[in-house]
Amino acid sequence: MATLQTRASARLMMTPAVVLLLLWMAVPLSMTLYFSMLRYNLLMPGMEEWAGFLNYRFFLTDPAFLTGLLNTLLLVGGVLLISVGGGIMMALLLDQPFFGQGIVRLMVIAPFFVMPTVSALVWKNMLMHPVNGLFAWIARTFGLQPVDWFGEAPLFSIVMIVSWQWLPFATLILLTALQSLDTEQKEAAEMDGAGAVSRFIHIVLPHMARAITVVVLIETIFLLSVFAEILVTTNGGPGVQTTTVTYLVYVQALLQFDVGGASAGGIVAVVLANIVAIFLVRLIGKNLE
Amino acid sequence: MGEIRLEKVHKAFGSTVVIPEIDLEIADNEFVVFVGPSGCGKSTLLRLIAGLEDTTSGRILIDGEDMTARSPAKRGLSMVFQSYALYPHMSVYKNIAFPLKMAGADKAAIDEKVRNAARILNLTDYLDRRPGQLSGGQRQRVAIGRAIVREPKAFLFDEPLSNLDAALRGSMRLEISELHHQLNTTMIYVTHDQVEAMTMADKIVVLNAGRIEQVGSPLELYRSPRNLFVAGFIGSPRMNLVQGIEAEKMGAATIGVRPEHLQLSTESGHWKGRVGVAEHLGSDTFLHVDIDGIGQLTARADGEFALRHGETVYLTPSPERLHRFDDAGNALS
Repeated sequence: MATLQTRASARLMMTPAVVLLLLWMAVPLSMTLYFSMLRYNLLMPGMEEWAGFLNYRFFLTDPAFLTGLLNTLLLVGGVLLISVGGGIMMALLLDQPFFGQGIVRLMVIAPFFVMPTVSALVWKNMLMHPVNGLFAWIARTFGLQPVDWFGEAPLFSIVMIVSWQWLPFATLILLTALQSLDTEQKEAAEMDGAGAVSRFIHIVLPHMARAITVVVLIETIFLLSVFAEILVTTNGGPGVQTTTVTYLVYVQALLQFDVGGASAGGIVAVVLANIVAIFLVRLIGKNLE
Repeated sequence: MGEIRLEKVHKAFGSTVVIPEIDLEIADNEFVVFVGPSGCGKSTLLRLIAGLEDTTSGRILIDGEDMTARSPAKRGLSMVFQSYALYPHMSVYKNIAFPLKMAGADKAAIDEKVRNAARILNLTDYLDRRPGQLSGGQRQRVAIGRAIVREPKAFLFDEPLSNLDAALRGSMRLEISELHHQLNTTMIYVTHDQVEAMTMADKIVVLNAGRIEQVGSPLELYRSPRNLFVAGFIGSPRMNLVQGIEAEKMGAATIGVRPEHLQLSTESGHWKGRVGVAEHLGSDTFLHVDIDGIGQLTARADGEFALRHGETVYLTPSPERLHRFDDAGNALS
């Protein structure tokens, strides 16, 4: 249908939107790139000067950087493991017919609607608090020593909180995948002599592969930028035990007022995210075909 | 071996009774077709035999052994589903091999059986493909292949041809019949299509609202239907059913005469009517004839029978082929 004229005019009409989007992306990126090459500290206004790759050198050789990188990967990996694994189990449970199914499904989704700062504070003060927390109370009820979660296992605590937030998302997506499985396929497998476990491994899991891929990709995107939960609970501590790359950039920019260093960190984070993305797409991308 | 016996089988979903009570015997090597209108409980009956549904009461015996409480896999039956129910992420080979793999057979034995099944079903060239890359008929054959390799006591088919087009349905019908002769195994086949039932069955079970209306060979059902329901269901085009004065003259509440048992004449006959629509099929012509006081009757004529819309025709029922039914719809002898 498209004649040369309509195609040309279509391109003309699209141009403003494309240009706007391009600028929207290119300008901040190039400004960040530019800042990352400056010695630019808010405590010394008007003294900006060209610094070359010095900011990168400082950021990459910062002893907190490697820890941050490791923490980031641990956080993302841990939350993915718990939310996907738990999500599959929750989805299998919720797929069974039981009384009050509608309400239970609604309740399961609820944590996803709680904003990160609020849920982190709830976990910190009401659940994991070594004196007032629910877990401490349970421990004392059984005569055990309460655990100081953020002191003894800070990164694990944050993984728990973030997992709790993302579990509903994984459950929801995986549940819909599970529901789209043809019942005759399950029955055929049953007649073919497959027990519940073999049915799960050979029929259900391959059927859910695509949904699992989607969950992993989407969660990774958001988990690389987890910030509020860390700020509200541990402030990156104790020491740098819960400092992620994202948090490190924040420390550079807003605690040390080092815009140049933070920009360099931001660029490093972008490169890092892309490496993770390439890795993921290579690993599981074929499921999406 | 594959002798199946149902004893007082009853099935209800909550308060809805699907199958009031059924007794049925299926002999070894028999091709039995369950036929009936949709919602008559024929699929439920098949699923009860398969073990995919639990009986509310009654017993199901396979080779004399009570299987009522056994799990589907332990009954030694194979089922071919309406939607084929192939595993989309597995190749044809793996689909067919799946039941063997689940049974824990060793690789060489699996390979031999799969290739043998593929050869019987002309699937050898497609073993590496996924179900999504196959046509409807091929998928159907894969589903049958998956059923064959288990060497079951009986095959259960749940409307297996209803997703195929007319031409393919015809050829698959033939293939399944041939397979039955080749394998010599009991087959239970569910369909709503009376043509499939007539052409394939050794024994037809006509079901209506969960009740068995009649059991018999195709020709038995055709020649002597026990009641109005069977009379109307078996045979194509449908049997003409006439009520009122014409029926009373012959001492029945309803009389039935098949379109092929009406003699046509342009000069004289029992009933005089006008030709409405004439359907020319080449070999046959179906005439829809309007008769005053009776209504419309369908008559089969020779393909060459030249009558046009609006012309007068005389119909005479063959007396020995006439079916008479009483008030309750049961056949009068």
